[in-house]
Amino acid sequence: MPIPYPPLQPDTAAGPARLVLQGISKAYPTVVANHDIGLVVRAGEIRAILGENGAGKSTLMKIIYGVTRPSSGRMFWEGEEVAVASPAHARSLGIGMVFQHFSLFETLTVVENVALALPGKPALDALARRIVEVSERYGLPVDPRRHIHALSVGERQRVEIIRCLLQDPRLLIMDEPTSVLTPQAVRKLFETLRRLADEGCSILYISHKLDEIRTLCHTATVLRGGKVTGECIPAQETPASMARLMIGKELPRCEHDARQAGSEVRLRLAGLSHAADDPFGTDLRDLHLDVHAGEIVGIAGVSGNGQQELLRVISGEAPLAEKFPVQICGVEAGRLSPGRRRRLGMAFVPEERLGRGAVPTMSLADNALLTAAHNQGMVAAGFLRFGRARAFARRCIDEFDVRCGGTAAAAKALSGGNLQKFIVGREILQAPRLLVCAQPTWGVDVGAAAFIRQRIIDLRNRGCAVLVISEELDELFEICDRIAVIAKGRLSPVRAARDTSIEDIGVWMSGLWPGAEHTAGAPLATETPHA
Amino acid sequence: MLELEARAEPSRLMAWASPLLAVALMLVGGLAVFAALGKDPVEGFRVFFLNPVKDLYALSELLLKATPLMLCAIGLAIGFRANVWNIGAEGQFMLGAVAATGVALYFGDAESALVLPAMVLAGAAGGAAWAAIPALLRTRFNANEILVSLMLVYVAQLFVSWLVFGPWKDPDGFNFPQTRMFAEAATLPMVIEGTRLHFGFAIALAALVAGYAFINRSHAGFRMRVAGEAADAARYAGFSATRMIWVGLLLGGAAAGLAGMGEVAGPMGQLTDKVGSGYGFAAIIVAFVGRLNAFGILLASLLMALLYIGGEQAQQYLNLPNSISMVFQGMLLFFLLGADVFIHYRLRLRRRGT
Repeated sequence: MPIPYPPLQPDTAAGPARLVLQGISKAYPTVVANHDIGLVVRAGEIRAILGENGAGKSTLMKIIYGVTRPSSGRMFWEGEEVAVASPAHARSLGIGMVFQHFSLFETLTVVENVALALPGKPALDALARRIVEVSERYGLPVDPRRHIHALSVGERQRVEIIRCLLQDPRLLIMDEPTSVLTPQAVRKLFETLRRLADEGCSILYISHKLDEIRTLCHTATVLRGGKVTGECIPAQETPASMARLMIGKELPRCEHDARQAGSEVRLRLAGLSHAADDPFGTDLRDLHLDVHAGEIVGIAGVSGNGQQELLRVISGEAPLAEKFPVQICGVEAGRLSPGRRRRLGMAFVPEERLGRGAVPTMSLADNALLTAAHNQGMVAAGFLRFGRARAFARRCIDEFDVRCGGTAAAAKALSGGNLQKFIVGREILQAPRLLVCAQPTWGVDVGAAAFIRQRIIDLRNRGCAVLVISEELDELFEICDRIAVIAKGRLSPVRAARDTSIEDIGVWMSGLWPGAEHTAGAPLATETPHA
Repeated sequence: MLELEARAEPSRLMAWASPLLAVALMLVGGLAVFAALGKDPVEGFRVFFLNPVKDLYALSELLLKATPLMLCAIGLAIGFRANVWNIGAEGQFMLGAVAATGVALYFGDAESALVLPAMVLAGAAGGAAWAAIPALLRTRFNANEILVSLMLVYVAQLFVSWLVFGPWKDPDGFNFPQTRMFAEAATLPMVIEGTRLHFGFAIALAALVAGYAFINRSHAGFRMRVAGEAADAARYAGFSATRMIWVGLLLGGAAAGLAGMGEVAGPMGQLTDKVGSGYGFAAIIVAFVGRLNAFGILLASLLMALLYIGGEQAQQYLNLPNSISMVFQGMLLFFLLGADVFIHYRLRLRRRGT
């Protein structure tokens, strides 16, 4: 992602060592998550921890923050050996952490949430003033009296950061902080982090996004398979050279040629409005979209802007009261069940793999039955044909390079990336006419992600219509023919991907697209009761 | 220091060993109970656990007792697999008995071969109809089926009492709360001559086979298993939750109704206000001890029947209260739940270190 800020100058010898890890290992019953890891973080240093999913980054951070204990190894904090017993202990030492998944109470205000994290019973008025003070100092505008549920994801992250900063940390751990932010918000965040570092705070920045690390971080430690595979100064590396360190081979790219989409509309949203079931969900308002045979349409957006609701309405998990707003392969399908929609030729890859896309405790063969039972003739006279289920699961495993213990392996025994390949394979091998795909490569390692994207492009080349909803802009620009943005439950106009830029889409992600002002704040056109 | 450590995979060995371990612990606990009550533990063990299997007649009584438990439990297991919690098999059992009795009384002394088949159908229909009430309330108004099905047990009990104290009371029965004895044509034939083991046992075995086929081999059973394991996955796949609630409750009700029919047309030969003797509740334990699968339920129902008869024997020969069998049931479930922890966890000895 091109972010027009010059990389900082490397500056490793700047401060004294604040945190030193020596020979840290952590073994779980099945895997060794960390093996003999050494790490030095100096005062004022922004150090990236770079690695793919499953490389052991999160485990290492949990050890530092006292969430888990290492099996062996030593940790020194400002020159003294420590054994961090708990997150509270870590905070008392001066270590703060902002998690990838926020831990805020939606029904409480900002100041109440912050107060909960502080020791004792702070006076709310004084605390609110301190919040404003800190937020102004670091460019993190947030109103302490607002309720969390009314905040955007970016604002919630600011609350998390402010909550850490109020405890004057000398080491701040940020776990994949940009996955929920627009490009503009990422830039603001980086300014804040640089200011913190200038004041002497050390920052451990966990990410797998190479451009961000090159822009922000002074130094990087690369993890692969639980071990340190290298250290580098990101500003002196190219994304390709860091990728080699991270995945051990060249960064794969997808082949995506421009081509003419068919004229047949396979998915049409015709003025779709839907009130969310969840009180803190997002209402969908008057969505219009056509997806044609032979094209990939992407929907970008910051998470929590209606993607979940839209997916459930399209898949049929949340059926509508009316038929016409969702049309699948020419059939008004708004009220149909997911099974009926599948019979119209739709396939669907949900964002949650375990528990939604697959039953964790069941075998891959049984999980093949989950959606492919009728399509692949696995049911005869109401009884299951296990041979066919196994054969189909075998095909998914072979053709999508799923690393597993065979068709009898339980879904939960697979790594996230392998299970995702299995689920995508199961949906694609049913030869759908329309594929709806949510976060196709979320948490999948770089190699598997490129593979999955290529298979989606191949499917489109065979004439399938594909709708991809993703928070990864790079991914959308890599595979999509046309792109739209969802923000606050509304859908932007659809643009050809090559006629737009990540910057434009980034602006749209905050709800500001041409013509958006006229409709902003209008009440729901039709209240749709939900069953 | 001992520590529980999560297993990477649930242990298959423990899943099967846990009920056996629970039985063993129950036996040990039982010996202690006998000793604490001042009885010779060895004598207690012999009376409680060996008397019920000492000869063919005793065995036939054991199978007779196990029959309604098997039927109720296999029906419940189907619903439990899909997280449909039918706690009211006892009431469905009674309504099955009532419906079958209705048919038997209607035909009176008629010598038709159709009477028994009609009673079988009526029994199943009666139980299913009673279970349809919680199904309807759950799917229509989202009323909790646990509460509704349980409450309906008491309604069913009062309904049976009203019938046998009122309209169906045997006019020649010296005012006892019971119906006329059923005619020959309305009584189930015996499987073994000279015992009380009736044809309902064969029906129960057939139900176990059918239950196995449904749960493990049919698409409908698969859908219910998915719903029980991961409700979101079932919704994603498009399996109708409403349909599963209906299927789970209706099959459970029908099976319990059949069991009720077997009691009135078998050992009782009439309907009395004592028709519900706790089989429907005990079957919940049987279903779980049997791991919600057909073969396990077969074994668990035999074990539970043993506890019932052992309790009667202990009352007769050891002067212990009949509730001793409840104590054993309680111990069995307690130890089973405890042993089940080790399916997902293992015990590790851990030295304290830094």
